[in-house]
Amino acid sequence: MMLSTQVLAAAAEVSGGEKWTFFLLAPLAVIGALGMVIARNAVHSALWLVLTMLSLGVFYIVQAGPFIGMVQIIVYTGAIMMLFLFVLMLVGRDASDSVIETLRGQKVVAILLGLGLAGLLGLGVFQATRDMPVAGLDKANVHGNVQGIAGLLFGPYVWVFEVTSALLITAAVGAMLLAHREREKGERVGQVAQMKARFEPGNYPGPKPGPGVFANSTSVATPAKLPDGTPAERSISPILPTRELTSAEIANKHTEGK
Amino acid sequence: MILAPVGFLAEDPATGDPTLVDFGHDPWWIVLIKVVGVFVFLVVMTLFTIWYERRVVARMQVRPGPNRHGPFGLLQSLADGLKLAFKEDIMPLKADKVVFFIAPVISTVCAFTAFSIMPFGPFVSMFGTRTPLQLTDIPVAVLLVLACSGMGIYGIVLGGWASGSTYPLLGGLRSSAQLISYEVAMGLSFVAVFMTAGTMSTSEIVNAQAQGSPVNLFGFEFTAPSWFFLLLLPSFIIYSISAVGETNRAPFDLPEAESELVGGFHTEYSSLKFALFFLAEYINMVTVSGLCATLFLGGWRAPTSFEGFWPGINSGWWPLLWFTIKVLLLLFVFIWLRGTLPRLRYDQFMRFGWKVLIPVNLVWILTLAGIKTLQKSSSMSQFDKLFAAGIVVGVILLLALLWPQKKEEPVLPVEEQVARRPEGSFPLPPMDLQVPVSPRAKRLTAERETVPATTEEEV
Repeated sequence: MMLSTQVLAAAAEVSGGEKWTFFLLAPLAVIGALGMVIARNAVHSALWLVLTMLSLGVFYIVQAGPFIGMVQIIVYTGAIMMLFLFVLMLVGRDASDSVIETLRGQKVVAILLGLGLAGLLGLGVFQATRDMPVAGLDKANVHGNVQGIAGLLFGPYVWVFEVTSALLITAAVGAMLLAHREREKGERVGQVAQMKARFEPGNYPGPKPGPGVFANSTSVATPAKLPDGTPAERSISPILPTRELTSAEIANKHTEGK
Repeated sequence: MILAPVGFLAEDPATGDPTLVDFGHDPWWIVLIKVVGVFVFLVVMTLFTIWYERRVVARMQVRPGPNRHGPFGLLQSLADGLKLAFKEDIMPLKADKVVFFIAPVISTVCAFTAFSIMPFGPFVSMFGTRTPLQLTDIPVAVLLVLACSGMGIYGIVLGGWASGSTYPLLGGLRSSAQLISYEVAMGLSFVAVFMTAGTMSTSEIVNAQAQGSPVNLFGFEFTAPSWFFLLLLPSFIIYSISAVGETNRAPFDLPEAESELVGGFHTEYSSLKFALFFLAEYINMVTVSGLCATLFLGGWRAPTSFEGFWPGINSGWWPLLWFTIKVLLLLFVFIWLRGTLPRLRYDQFMRFGWKVLIPVNLVWILTLAGIKTLQKSSSMSQFDKLFAAGIVVGVILLLALLWPQKKEEPVLPVEEQVARRPEGSFPLPPMDLQVPVSPRAKRLTAERETVPATTEEEV
């Protein structure tokens, strides 16, 4: 086979540093992938995936593709996984998976389907690249890696590139549209209007007195006392049951003299 | 390791300064020296910046600032750091122990890594070996800084989540939303630099700013300014604004908001772990300042006009000093902003980032690309170029003239506003209120005046 001989020839030129990086990071990448599947906690699972993605980014860089490596780290690790984490964290930190299968035989089917998908994808890539002429890294990167990618992206593949980005934009706009709620014109209250409403008569703009202020009890069910001795009803949360106060609690706090 | 043979080093043809080819040939001990050098530079800069910030802000607020420990109080931040390290390390009961420990480490490691591509100077001689004064350089060096700041956000988010408490979680989400938003604007402002310099490697961007290039724009020949901050002014302004947002500094210090929140994502952190977050924050400040100097302010180079009376100004170890001075000046601007501007509201801040900085940046990149295409195209005659530019300018002018304007509501005088307030409104002080001069202040002034100048002789 033409491809395998080329791969072997390329493998012979692997430098010591590249070899060490690979043998250090390849197990880490595999551990990360396994950890992602095995970890119970959803956030831990995402972190394992981050480890795998970071290792992949370093592999790209080591294999003379610094641009794609950096983009992998910036876009996938830095932005997409971060959005995943956002969602997972808002779900709650104790939301762990249960080990009980809700669908019988789910795991077996999942493994089989996963293997099938991997086989199909691998076969597809193999078929597509089997008779492809290989130029080699030196020729591809002759004007520099970034310049080479730019020449391809904005040259022969510019149409595919633009169509893909249009697809992504459409998806983003669609998601926005689904989450968007149309508001009536007067429904949205701006900061200035809120501030004005706060100082309208009938609304006291300062903070409410805390329960128990000036009172003889520290219980949250005891109303605060205004400086003239009357109880401040606003200081008690409406959800608390009304409580019978003892005379000692009703009495004013002795504040004058010793 | 292979020692590079003498004469192997390729140099910039115009200036003889390091290019991308010159990196990766250092013997291991030179690399070690450089790594330690960058580490020491960052730690010392952090200690110095804390002192610098406190002194400068104090000066702006007419008070002395730290002045007890060491000359000018220089050792204050060292003492504070030592105290911080020896405080009790508290692990919250509900914390996720491993992640809680890893989060500050991620922040610090990313902060240090980002500085590894910063060019400090040209070729220097280290123990007889000729080597560039820069740890390393890669073809995508500036993207490395973006990647590091992107990974640094993990430290903040995970720190907030692992604390096992609601306030740090919300603080962490708040600050990572801020960082991600401003990273986009920051990344876009690099694009103009890449387009002008034709490279993403920091050493070559510095070289690209060595001399002003002759520009032929619509038939007018002139020399473009060599430093990119003049040539690419919109990018420079947007970078400067987004760098402040990216480092969580006032007026964009919403994650911490000292006077409003408890502490944001690091509420539950103490001792050395908190110190690591603190260190990362200050290193990030130094990094964005260093990157600003590299991308827009000519890097380690002193202004070209200085070379007239000091030819060796840009050779040897001197550029390290110029670079440091530039970084310190930029840090001063950070502190100045903190001393001057009030904090933005969160929605204003987000709107500013997404609806102002990013669109303006995109339009600017489009304009720049248009100008560059016009310059390069040889098929168009001079007249055609002028015609094309004229159409664009005309459309913009027409749009500006015909844009519907919002009707401004007339601002009433204060008396009328007060008279219009409904019955029972919150009481206002009288409009003609005269505040009497404090009798105590008068007495103090009088006492000060009577102090004789010759008290020491009498004592």
